Amino acid sequence: MKNIGRILVFVLFLALLAVPFVIRRFDRVETRSVARSEALDRYGFHFEEVGKSAGVNFQHSSPKLDPKISHILPIIASMGAGVSITDFNRDGWNDIYLTNSGENSLNAFYRNNKDGTFTDIAGDLGIADINRTETGVSMGAVWGDHNNDGFEDLLVYKWGRTELYRSEQGRQFVRVEEANLPAWANINTAIWLDYDRDGLLDIFLGGYFREDLNLWQLQDTAIMPESFEYAQNGGRKYLFRNLGNNSFEDVTSKVGIDSNRWALAAGAADLNGDGFTDLFVANDYAVSELYFNKGGERFEEVGTQTGVGFSPKSGMNVAFGDVLNNGSLSMYVSNISEEGILLQGNNLWMPKLGTKGADLKYENQANNFGVELGGWSWGSQFGDLNNDGYQDIFLTNGYISAERNQSYWYDYSKVTVGHNQIIGDAANWPALDGRSLAGFQQKRVWLNDGSGRFNEVALAVGVKESFDGRAVAMADLWNRGVLDVVVANQNGPALIYKNISSGTNNWIGFDLSSANSSPIGAQVTVNWNGQKQVQVIGGGIGFCSQNQRRLHFGLGRKNQVDSVEIVWPSGNRLNFADIEINTVHAIPENQK
Amino acid sequence: MSAIITEIESPQIQNGGLAKTTWGIDSRFIAPILITLILLVGQWSFGILESYPQTLTAIAVCICAEIVLSYMIIGKFPHLASAYISGISAGILIRSPEFWPFALCGAIAITSKYVLRVKDRHLWNPTNFAVSFMLFTAPFAVASLSIQWGNNLYAMMVIWLLGSIIIYKLGRFHITLTYVCAFLLFSLLRSGFTGDSFLAEVAPITGPMYQLFIFFMITDPKTTVRSSKKHQMIVVFFVAFAEAILRLAEVVHAPYYALFIVGPIANLIDIYWLSAQTQPEAAA
Repeated sequence: MKNIGRILVFVLFLALLAVPFVIRRFDRVETRSVARSEALDRYGFHFEEVGKSAGVNFQHSSPKLDPKISHILPIIASMGAGVSITDFNRDGWNDIYLTNSGENSLNAFYRNNKDGTFTDIAGDLGIADINRTETGVSMGAVWGDHNNDGFEDLLVYKWGRTELYRSEQGRQFVRVEEANLPAWANINTAIWLDYDRDGLLDIFLGGYFREDLNLWQLQDTAIMPESFEYAQNGGRKYLFRNLGNNSFEDVTSKVGIDSNRWALAAGAADLNGDGFTDLFVANDYAVSELYFNKGGERFEEVGTQTGVGFSPKSGMNVAFGDVLNNGSLSMYVSNISEEGILLQGNNLWMPKLGTKGADLKYENQANNFGVELGGWSWGSQFGDLNNDGYQDIFLTNGYISAERNQSYWYDYSKVTVGHNQIIGDAANWPALDGRSLAGFQQKRVWLNDGSGRFNEVALAVGVKESFDGRAVAMADLWNRGVLDVVVANQNGPALIYKNISSGTNNWIGFDLSSANSSPIGAQVTVNWNGQKQVQVIGGGIGFCSQNQRRLHFGLGRKNQVDSVEIVWPSGNRLNFADIEINTVHAIPENQK
Repeated sequence: MSAIITEIESPQIQNGGLAKTTWGIDSRFIAPILITLILLVGQWSFGILESYPQTLTAIAVCICAEIVLSYMIIGKFPHLASAYISGISAGILIRSPEFWPFALCGAIAITSKYVLRVKDRHLWNPTNFAVSFMLFTAPFAVASLSIQWGNNLYAMMVIWLLGSIIIYKLGRFHITLTYVCAFLLFSLLRSGFTGDSFLAEVAPITGPMYQLFIFFMITDPKTTVRSSKKHQMIVVFFVAFAEAILRLAEVVHAPYYALFIVGPIANLIDIYWLSAQTQPEAAA
């Protein structure tokens, strides 16, 4: 009897050993390029990269920084390729602002020529030549009308001086010197939001490196995170309240925000439904932070309470999306995944069933929904790429693409598990010596099937470039009723993925405005076909990026919208029905 | 890592069923208590686990497998402390977004104990075997480097102190000490060879995963040589040596693979040569 048992156990052992091989063979998702016609037929759209042919010849460059950290410069100077969309001259066509980071490099602002091409006019407008060793280099930029004159102003956040440029009727930009923004800080995320609902846009800034560090003139090399996943020695966070006279007041402490985690992305939306804009911050080397807005007077950090404050990872990005068309926003936070070495997995924080308001809880559903593994993930955005009525995800990735067959992963894994005295000092980090770290990665385009699963189709729909992606922004660049995608790459070109649609699905768009305030923070809910999808106007969302101001809803084959509800930042609500589809509706706040 | 308590089973049998105690506690429960404390403190303080269900999956699979296989092979209900430690270890050391790697790792660890045996002795530490196997064959779903508990000096000191005391009480501290000394020596040599700073080479041992490796895995009585303390120290020195070679080859999971390679070779030498020599002497 025991011998039979031994034989059975031996067979069982062999069977167990075979499991990984079987899973690898049968569970691997085939991603391959297909013909455009096949992609159109299968997915309803296809991307065509048209950056250069559209006149966007932007090439990002990184700064050189202090020679003391030159041995790991690509690791430190690894950010700064940002993209933000705006309509600066109110002509109804989206324009593109791209940030650069090399010393003396130029930012670019591509005006939409309405004929499929763009022209860089940043120099003419005075927002190109702003990357200097003395004042710092750009990390990103966000647009917001801080003085409610109807024209979008530009906030450029830098490793250096944060700069606000006021739009002079879209004809020129002038730096607002009296803005009272940080004279020097190493900022890696900024968003516009109206946290106190006074009709004036306020500013949130998230620091990465400590603000006392000038990365061009370091006293020593103790500048790195004290821990790979529990670091609290990064830059501080700032909340600036708009005083309405071109200046801002630092109210960070007053409202209860106190964090020195290494912030990389922030997003604002009313998540708990109390009418005030809440704040989500994705931090590198740590947990994310969620701040509930308490009546516009203070913020309460509820990360642990809501569930998003556990399992520290490497938060690079946050994006809001209504994944299941049930009228609630989920947060997508990107992290790091590398086969066999580091499988943090991205987080899809979805509201837990039955929780809402102050008791709102979140669960990470990234694995269940198939959007967990995206390589060394950076920027990502939600958007309905095929107008089928469900929010898809475009994710870019890749850290350092250098020598293709030389990897820094071993050294990276060696030093990042070390004690804070070791990891925290750049001098202890082995030299990169031209090696790659998570480079040449395949981007992800995840199509939402509407029933709780996303399917990866990047190669099949034409996304085949493998630059080191950073920022992603979605916009209808040619007013065709589809979402195009702009990707800013570190040390690489800006890419524009033109959405070629099969045209079989319907859509509807909303362009909100308000006479005396910004629509940033407004939420629009579209009810159709027995479902409802909510979207929010962001003052910057994702990694160093900002989507188009207008909101775009795919409707699938349905040719009718049942009703639309708009909740303005002021709290005003507007409900209407019988609305035309396949067009963008310009809706002012006072419309009856 | 799984079988530190199984050492205690031998004296128990020799002493006519009297359980050996440490601080008045049945010694078989010392290691499970320690590792549970480490897990809970780590989770409550820093949230080290991806999720409780994944760790519980590994523990449940290990315990169920132990019960079933023990009945099939030995015909009696097993003491479950060893399986519990295997499960909890797999739950900590394996990092994966999926559930199946936790279940599979636990199942392989326990099954290997019953299959990979020579003269009724283990060849591999069960958890080391399973973790190494998973890392090698399923990198698409499994990693080991990820969560640390804090890089915090105080947390680290507590674990080092507690671990050292317990390992000392269990008579295995010489193994841990030898390994640490050897690791530091090889770090110095690697630093000279690679040009990287000594601190960079030492960095891994300051991480929490190494604490588990040093206190639980390399000291496993069931899978370390039994002929003498000196031989145990020589073996663990060679583990550190193999690890140093693997590190020079930039193998990320060097410690696991080093023990995977050296452990069974040492055990085979011990079983067929050293123990055969020492046993008659001891009898005499």
